[in-house]
Amino acid sequence: MAYNLSFARKVYKNAEMGHWIKMCMQCGVCSGSCPLGPLGAWEFGPREIFQRVRAGKEEEILGSGAMWMCTSCYNCIVRCPRGLPITHIVHGLARYAVETGKVKPTQPTARFATKVFWNNIVKTGRVGEAALSMHLYFIDGIGTGISNVLEMKDVALGMLKSKRLNPIPFRGKIKGYDGFKKMLDKAFELEKK
Amino acid sequence: MKEYSFYPGCSSEKMASAANMENSVHHMCEILGIKLKEIDDWNCCSASIGYAGGGQLPRMALTARNFALSQAQSPGKDVVATCAACWLALRETQERIEEEPVVKAQLDTVLKEANLTYDGHLKPRHMVEVLIEDVGWDQLKAKVKKPLKGLKVAGYVGCQTNRPFGVCGDNFEDPQYLDRMIEATGATAVPFPKKVACCGGALAFSENENACKLIKEILQSAVDNGAEAIVTPCPVCQLNVEVYQGKVNKMFNTRFNIPVLYYSQLFVLAWGGSWEQAALNQQVVPATALQRFA
Amino acid sequence: MADKKIGCYICTGCGIGDALDIAALEVVAKKEQKIPVVKNHAMLCGAEGLALIQKDMTGEGVNALVIAACSPREQGEAFRFDTRIMDRVSLRELVVWVHEQADQKDADTFEEDRNMAAGDYLTMGCMRVKKMNAPEPFQDPGFSKDILVVGGGVSGLTAAREIAKAGYKAILVEKSDALGGHVAGMHQVSASKPPYRDPQPNPIGQLIAEVEGFKSIEVIRNGDIINTAGAPGLFDVTIKTPSGDENRRVGALVVATGFKPYDPAKLGHLGHGSSPDVITGLEFEAMAKAGKIVRKSDGQPAKRVAFALCAGQRDAAHLEYCSSACCIASMKQARYVQDAYADGSAYVIFQEIRTPGQMEDFYRGAQDAGTVFIKGDIQKVATGSGGLDLEVKDKLLRSTETLQVDLLVLATGMEPNLDTQDPNVPAPVKPGPETSHTTLNLQYRQGPSLPNLKYGFADSHFICFPYETRRTGIYVAGPARRPMGIAAAMTDASGAALKAIQAVESVARGAAVHPRAGDLSYPSFRVEACTQCKRCTEECPFGAINEDDKGNPLFNPTRCRRCGTCMGACPQKIISFANYSVDMIGSMVKEVTMPEEDDEKPRVLVFCCENDAYPALDMAARNRTPLSTYVRVIPLRCMGSMSLVWIADAMSSGWDGVLLMGCRHGDDYQCHNVRGSALAEIRLSKVSETLKTLQLESARVRMIEVNIMDANVVVDKINQFVEDLSELGPNPFKEF
Repeated sequence: MAYNLSFARKVYKNAEMGHWIKMCMQCGVCSGSCPLGPLGAWEFGPREIFQRVRAGKEEEILGSGAMWMCTSCYNCIVRCPRGLPITHIVHGLARYAVETGKVKPTQPTARFATKVFWNNIVKTGRVGEAALSMHLYFIDGIGTGISNVLEMKDVALGMLKSKRLNPIPFRGKIKGYDGFKKMLDKAFELEKK
Repeated sequence: MKEYSFYPGCSSEKMASAANMENSVHHMCEILGIKLKEIDDWNCCSASIGYAGGGQLPRMALTARNFALSQAQSPGKDVVATCAACWLALRETQERIEEEPVVKAQLDTVLKEANLTYDGHLKPRHMVEVLIEDVGWDQLKAKVKKPLKGLKVAGYVGCQTNRPFGVCGDNFEDPQYLDRMIEATGATAVPFPKKVACCGGALAFSENENACKLIKEILQSAVDNGAEAIVTPCPVCQLNVEVYQGKVNKMFNTRFNIPVLYYSQLFVLAWGGSWEQAALNQQVVPATALQRFA
Repeated sequence: MADKKIGCYICTGCGIGDALDIAALEVVAKKEQKIPVVKNHAMLCGAEGLALIQKDMTGEGVNALVIAACSPREQGEAFRFDTRIMDRVSLRELVVWVHEQADQKDADTFEEDRNMAAGDYLTMGCMRVKKMNAPEPFQDPGFSKDILVVGGGVSGLTAAREIAKAGYKAILVEKSDALGGHVAGMHQVSASKPPYRDPQPNPIGQLIAEVEGFKSIEVIRNGDIINTAGAPGLFDVTIKTPSGDENRRVGALVVATGFKPYDPAKLGHLGHGSSPDVITGLEFEAMAKAGKIVRKSDGQPAKRVAFALCAGQRDAAHLEYCSSACCIASMKQARYVQDAYADGSAYVIFQEIRTPGQMEDFYRGAQDAGTVFIKGDIQKVATGSGGLDLEVKDKLLRSTETLQVDLLVLATGMEPNLDTQDPNVPAPVKPGPETSHTTLNLQYRQGPSLPNLKYGFADSHFICFPYETRRTGIYVAGPARRPMGIAAAMTDASGAALKAIQAVESVARGAAVHPRAGDLSYPSFRVEACTQCKRCTEECPFGAINEDDKGNPLFNPTRCRRCGTCMGACPQKIISFANYSVDMIGSMVKEVTMPEEDDEKPRVLVFCCENDAYPALDMAARNRTPLSTYVRVIPLRCMGSMSLVWIADAMSSGWDGVLLMGCRHGDDYQCHNVRGSALAEIRLSKVSETLKTLQLESARVRMIEVNIMDANVVVDKINQFVEDLSELGPNPFKEF
């Protein structure tokens, strides 16, 4: 049976900004404003995502790639006539999919954002761009990694030549790393509550 | 000499992708007599895709630490960012600290872990806001020594310096400030329908082909409107639109080869700075069109 | 009154004196029109100018005025004198401002033409005042200022309360034995005050108590109106009650008979009749009021409730229109479910949500409370094992889903609970008891019911006079007028109450209500010359004229709006006002001197509706829009007053063409007098015969629609007509 509200109520309560989904009036300005829409890159735009939450389609939505197509361009957020923080709601649902383990393990943006990008920050306090790229390219093992590198080698060479890529990929930690790490741990702890 | 606390962000580190912005901003401020005092030991803001790894509180904690450091090192000074994502993180966090006492209290608890405090009163600024509001249009024009006359430029504002906060109350759909900056250097701002279009942002890493499709539209629009260069305030826009031209050309059988610059590079050149001071030697696509003004 | 002594005062301010030959104008007034007192002043509307006129009135016995200055739409307060005989000649707008010299080449000719225009306007003004008599207000010792309110629901109660609060007596007639109407059966009402997010307690009990507390409100329960005779100020209403007939003399009526819910039995496609758990909104209200939101089928708690919006509405097979209140009512009812059950689920299945004004916040409140909105269609309703299974085509999911609920509530629409009649079908109804089947049983020659426009609702002038009907002194309020919710109905009722008060007060002074508010004139009928053609009795847009047994008109002055439609209709010219007549306008038309054919100065007459086209022209003048100097404009009370005699007069006296500028007519009419411009057009269709008998081209007469916002095109339209006429050449009658 559709529209069983137990999933929607979980989202309203547990996903970041999830309670705003109730307030969507389904006009579709968000979906029409998304730069990825015309590319056919997502199966559902924000409006359709929200309606699926309300319709109780838990597996379908949390396992979908739709939220992961957000480029954070904030077009939807400034155009929403209801003033909904749509970009943040979509981010919140993406994160909720990670937290509930429903996200597909092969979802490329999810993998990059969680396994590469965030870890990169947590390890040193700052993003090292070269390390970031190397992580990403080798995420599927050494074989695809090398072909990824080869594909991107022109870009990398250009960046190296213009002194905008550090040939030594691994940077040290920030000086106050210990405090930094403790802060993050505390923040995670508080958020869990 | 006006002094600001400066939050450069990861892409503006030495030998990072926006080193050309960092170098040109440095010289731009030198000419303007502005001192940027870098926050010592700043950390990453987690940019736009940090959401997947950290919840809102861990993400805001990152920025709160930067505020706390700034408050200790440059009390009361506005915190200036040049990177769109850094500025956005500062703005979002500051807004929530000001408007949500619960958030403020939680961040206080978190900061305590590192023996830091933040009273919540610093003002985050984008460098372009400093130029417009503190330096002023008259000064920006008065500094010109070598007008970039005849240079046709597409002003590419992009997303995050424009939405959701915007610069100086400018319109989200058709902001004017960047065109005015281009015109202030003596160059011509061409009509540019893709002015506020998205370059794909961080998805250039994980959804490269989709990002390249967006980048292609931006390049096409600039070229169709006769631009010789694209100018932007955003390091992600600059990077994506510049370095993926080769990939775009392969995908779409096109021959784009248009330089993508920062507003700061145009200013330094127009204000009499050298090619190197404008960091124009740090372009992946050479800024050939500007050589006549060097 | 004493003999008429006319004073003509020409203002030379605002550039009039610079542009025009004032001495020549004085000659026109004095020598040609024989006006005894003719003066000019540099600022007539100033204290000194006004004193000049006042002095002549007290000292010289001047009692009729021709004021040649600015538009009659300007300085009305200043030029208010103790005389009912006055005309304002618009030298500033119609001459100086529209004829600013643009081209120096023909400066002399231009100046000559401009002075001719000024002279002609002054001539017509003098003629108008010569033909004008002072209107005497209609008075009757039997005038009543009491107001009868029909219907004791929320609209009628509000109207009665507002009437009483304003110090008038209200007689409230309710057909049932209880006050409160549909609202009395409701649990709560939607929000009427900030923050407009949540339902509020039902105010009806308090409203009833308030009404019952007024000594100046007489409540008649179980009352049925069997006869409404008379006219504003003089309505005689007979109310049948179980204890006998009651007769009341009232000044005006507020009709607040509310709505009938659309018959749900016609909604089988939405499951009505297939299960007791498919109910209407009003039935659900009763459940909530009783504190028992349960399945009707088995009495189990109804925790899952779906609301089907637009049930039998916006649907060619049922009601074609939107009832405007159901979206909000259903959102409110959804809140009952959430209030009754912490784990309750409410679903609103909609096409489009319509929550105008502050109700957008009520919509937000409903969303915030967790109501799920589904844009889609209910395709099937079946009784399943756990309740009703609704097959819903969700337009956003792009799929058909099954929604299981305990109750399905149909948001059925509103039909007017008031009989109306098609105004375009002549309904000559003889006064008499056999007509006693309608709500009001009006003793009007045009029929016993109020005229409608669309969907059976009583017509009202939706742009300018929304509470109006086509019957003066009878005001419809609430959902009897158009579908609306409670808050709107209460506002509506207050508006109608105030209109009714205006009507009884105006009637008492012998004055018209809008659009000619304050006008003391009314038509008189030279009945001895009547041929019983019945055009006036049929055409009066307000049904002011009844008939006697022989078909002679029986005029009701207080029903009259002074538009003059009867005057324009009458082929015998027996109908005229003291200050407005066929002879008056005809004389003005004929008094203007036509230049010789050789002068190549054509003359084009424009009859212009004073309500819309004339203000548009004034605005064009303010913008200095250049108008052809060959044009002369005569404002009319309404195009409905246009007599074909004037066209014949104009043609036979050598005018080259006549342009009529009236309001938009048809279903979206803008005519202040409802049918005036439409009737003018019908009359005009017969004019080509008249022209043919004169051997003239029918293209010499044209009618166009001009509305008040046409300032930027009205002059172009006139100039275009002048240009088109030039192709026909001069009127051959000029020679005679």
